[in-house]
Amino acid sequence: MHPAPSVIIFTTFSGLGYGLLFWLGIGMPAPTGWVAFAFFAIAYIMAVGGLLASTFHLGHPERALKAFSQWRSSWLSREGICAVATLLIMAIYGAGLVFLDTAWTVLGWLGAIGALLTVFTTSMIYAQLKTVPRWKHWTTPALFLILSISGGALFSGNVKIAIPLFIIAAALQAFAWFHGDGRFNASGTTIESATGLGHIGKVRAFEPPHTGTNYLMKEFIHVVGRRHATQLRIVALVLGFVIPIILLLLGAKHVLGLLAVVSHVAGILALRWLFFAQAEHVVGLYYGKR
Amino acid sequence: MTTLPPPSAKKLGLVIDLDTCVGCHACVVSCKGWNTENYGAPLSDQNAYSGAASGTFLNRVHSYEVQPPILKDKPAAPAQLIHFPKSCLHCEDAPCVTVCPTGASYKRVEDGIVLVNEKDCIGCGLCAWACPYGARELDEKAGVMKKCTLCVDRIYNENLPEEDRQPACVRTCPSGARHFGDLGDETSDVSILVAERGGFDLMPEQGTKPTNKYLPPRPKDVEPEYDILAPYLEPVAEDGKGFVGWLDKALSALPGGAK
Repeated sequence: MHPAPSVIIFTTFSGLGYGLLFWLGIGMPAPTGWVAFAFFAIAYIMAVGGLLASTFHLGHPERALKAFSQWRSSWLSREGICAVATLLIMAIYGAGLVFLDTAWTVLGWLGAIGALLTVFTTSMIYAQLKTVPRWKHWTTPALFLILSISGGALFSGNVKIAIPLFIIAAALQAFAWFHGDGRFNASGTTIESATGLGHIGKVRAFEPPHTGTNYLMKEFIHVVGRRHATQLRIVALVLGFVIPIILLLLGAKHVLGLLAVVSHVAGILALRWLFFAQAEHVVGLYYGKR
Repeated sequence: MTTLPPPSAKKLGLVIDLDTCVGCHACVVSCKGWNTENYGAPLSDQNAYSGAASGTFLNRVHSYEVQPPILKDKPAAPAQLIHFPKSCLHCEDAPCVTVCPTGASYKRVEDGIVLVNEKDCIGCGLCAWACPYGARELDEKAGVMKKCTLCVDRIYNENLPEEDRQPACVRTCPSGARHFGDLGDETSDVSILVAERGGFDLMPEQGTKPTNKYLPPRPKDVEPEYDILAPYLEPVAEDGKGFVGWLDKALSALPGGAK
């Protein structure tokens, strides 16, 4: 799949933003006044910024409101509804903390559940796709959730919780990569099943339908960059988890804490890039590519 | 609503004969022509007159080389070149429809045709992600998803002569490799064709239950290769007579001449 910057920025920052909203919602921490304002501002900049980035790749962003209508069947529609509902609920909860020094606990928990649902529905947009065997697995929603919650723990200053969550997230990511590498072959979809010509013999793509490229090839076939996947995986794990854990163990005071955050975000961006760049769509088989 | 309707009794679709398709791309051209000039946004091209041309097509013809297995006791059968037209298969369990967040994608209750309401499409591209066949292409200029309409504006169009009330690709195919009809009706011509020729689904493991069917290439003859005319041809003269004979000898006598 084409690793479009808009979706990488969207999944990374919205994931972190909603992760932070989750911890704020359950009252860990439950600041008031200006401190609360700062926490909520960071959460909203990431969550809303990510959502806005995701609209950059739309052909007609002005019609985006229509996307709230098909929640019965569409995970993308469900995600839109969860995302906006959570932002509204948490805005009221945040206003209580900032202006009235009051924590409306029930509202906070409702927002926290909404934040988790938003991340889950986002992950299901990818996990539902049978056409991308690497994504169609329980590890996709599990990873999106653990990455969001662990990143949120870091942003919300829950250091003692962030460290074990990072260890779990790193282990799950490593497992997802290891298991995901074999899923395209295990899916049973081959150039023979795609063309139905396997009963004659070995099928090879001889001539593409055109001399140039097309939307399908640009969107679904991404070969450049996969070459360095192994190195990038190590970079992503080191930046995303190992360095933040070491910095947090050294004491998560201001500068070290900021460095941990920067390192973690860079690591997540790298592994999200891999999430798209390494995902292979079955339509590539028609072009003799993956 | 992007939830799928219950399976319709009428299932309009195409049957594509891989045995007779000659790979001329006439269906590609006629499809692009009809669908650019009629229903919906035109099918745009990008950099059409450069080395990096690309564009939106609803129907594309791939070509595959198929190498029969090499058996121990027989000489290897020659590889076959098979031309392979591909457009929307109007699946019964169309994954492209259910993922649509706006309701722009839908499957018609009355005949099973999968369509896009371009006024509702936000161009998110998720339906193209969900389609295993590459049947949907986002038009770069219009910003909306384009796909085969089964020429819904031809097949019911009473302003056209009756013989033209079929998809443009079917109407134009010079080798009769494309057939249009109701695959929900077991007695229809296309259903009989599928039954007799062993028509198959593409990527059945994806569970999309496509309406369109493909007919396999017929087995190739295994007759030994020989030239029918060879015994009747005059043998080529080995030694010339008369002037040619003299010339042959004279040239051979020169230094370095052929003996």
